[in-house]
Amino acid sequence: MGKMATRESYGKALAEFGSDERIVVFDADLSKSTYTVTFKKVFPERHFNMGIAEGNMMSVAAGMATTGKICFASTFAIFAAERALEQVRNSIGYPHLNVKVCATHAGITVGEDGASHQCVEDLAIMRAIPGMTVVQPCDGASTRAAIKAAIDTYGPFYVRLGRLAVENVYGEYGDEIPFTIGKANLLRNGKDVTIIATGLMVQQSLAAAKILEAEGVTARVLDMHTIKPIDREAIVAASRETGAVVTAEEHNILGGLGGAVAEVLSEEAPCVLRRVGVRDLFGQSGKPQALIELYGLTPEDVAAAARSAVAAK
Amino acid sequence: MNKETETRLKLYAVRMRKLILEGIYRAQSGHPGGSLSCTDILAYLYGEKMRVNPEKPEDPDRDHFVLSKGHCAPALYSALALRGFFAPDELDGLRSCGSMLQGHPCMSHIPGVDMSTGSLGQGIATAVGMAMAGKLDNKTYRVFSVLGDGELQEGEVWEASMAAAHYKLDNLTAFVDFNGLQIDGPNETVMGLGSIPDKFRAFGWHVIEIDGHSFPEIEAAVTEAEGVKGQPTMIIAHTHKGMGVSFMKDQAGWHGAAPNTEQYETAIAELNAVLSALEV
Repeated sequence: MGKMATRESYGKALAEFGSDERIVVFDADLSKSTYTVTFKKVFPERHFNMGIAEGNMMSVAAGMATTGKICFASTFAIFAAERALEQVRNSIGYPHLNVKVCATHAGITVGEDGASHQCVEDLAIMRAIPGMTVVQPCDGASTRAAIKAAIDTYGPFYVRLGRLAVENVYGEYGDEIPFTIGKANLLRNGKDVTIIATGLMVQQSLAAAKILEAEGVTARVLDMHTIKPIDREAIVAASRETGAVVTAEEHNILGGLGGAVAEVLSEEAPCVLRRVGVRDLFGQSGKPQALIELYGLTPEDVAAAARSAVAAK
Repeated sequence: MNKETETRLKLYAVRMRKLILEGIYRAQSGHPGGSLSCTDILAYLYGEKMRVNPEKPEDPDRDHFVLSKGHCAPALYSALALRGFFAPDELDGLRSCGSMLQGHPCMSHIPGVDMSTGSLGQGIATAVGMAMAGKLDNKTYRVFSVLGDGELQEGEVWEASMAAAHYKLDNLTAFVDFNGLQIDGPNETVMGLGSIPDKFRAFGWHVIEIDGHSFPEIEAAVTEAEGVKGQPTMIIAHTHKGMGVSFMKDQAGWHGAAPNTEQYETAIAELNAVLSALEV
């Protein structure tokens, strides 16, 4: 099975769909890391480097979007969602402009750069902006589908992408897959527990489901690629049909996927819930795999949370 | 500029000033000082210069305007109303629940508002984006923006200024409404700005200094800017906060305070006297 970082698939998707002349791409001196350079090679006249000035990049993209362009603005998640937050909120969110903030290097698997660059708060932050669609694909094919959906859907988007190369879940980049904004993808069915995952925790959760299967526990696995609007129907069904839910995200357990799922469950269908994620901590330098183990994001960690949830039913 | 045009613009401006004060008085909330200082600039832009059409507010070929000092929304609203984008009595609802006229400009609901602003520093950056789009699409529209002097303390102004020069945005003309005062007092005591013209020159802009209450000087500067190639133009407009109302002039205290009934009536009487003299 192939591997590709979602940031790399993002660049490929921009280049693939870039013949649409409404598409304009902005970067802040990270185009080789965010892979917007892949678009630049094909459409240099519609790629603008804004220098190391992320807040300004967001406002400029907003201004350009008022003229009918579909603007993509990319930098690392920490700068997109946090340094430039107020520009994203006031210049893009409030006027509901067609800007797609595509943030790479999200989560702790940034690795060696350490906590200053490991964004574990962005889902919580972006989810709180009215009208913002928040998406996190898990592999190449789903990133391509997410970018296509972002182009086809008017309005502000936050697309969360990773640095680390990850195993394909849906097939190779370029494969057409089912992908609807706000609709979770059922990857594996089960009756004992539902694991709701996003980003690279989808792969970890599928591996966890195999561990659990060997123990006689069948786990449903949902790829919750859209964090907002969240698929309430799939969450309620998970609660009613399996009676226990585990969320899994490479993000603080506060306010992100775990928070969103907890909100739906507590309002509509309470059940046992366990949240796998970064437990309200900053990251640190290290190899991505070492950090995944240190912060409790391995398949075994997900399986353990599922066992705990099943036992508490 | 001929006398007839100048008189027409003076009338436009005094009518704007009346609407600004009426709106802020009814709301008992708003920013009269800075609204009155940039009134003549907006009167020239909307009363004379800009190619805009109230019947087609989103015409892609229109000239664009961004009020980067968004708290002076009443000035923009009154300019738009007098240009025919909506009825002047909409100002009666300024800042009140259910009115489209939000405390700061909102492009989603107000015809003629090209960008939502209010958070300082962001407006000029969005104007840069509009000007870049104009270049990309070979449009002939021009982009105008008005900044506050205190706003220049925001770092994003300089990020945007660097980008405007880098992308050679000669279709962008901005003004600094340089009235010298901000909420807490004179710019120079709050956070000294140094030489504003030197700063913009160093950032690669063509810079012109004018009396921001003189229509012939405003027109000459805007015309000069149109002839500049490969550079954006910053017009440093020396203005008076509270211009047009004797007791508000040059008073930092009128940055964000509404007049009481007595003050309002005094102000309107002053403006009516100017209006009568001009109408003769």
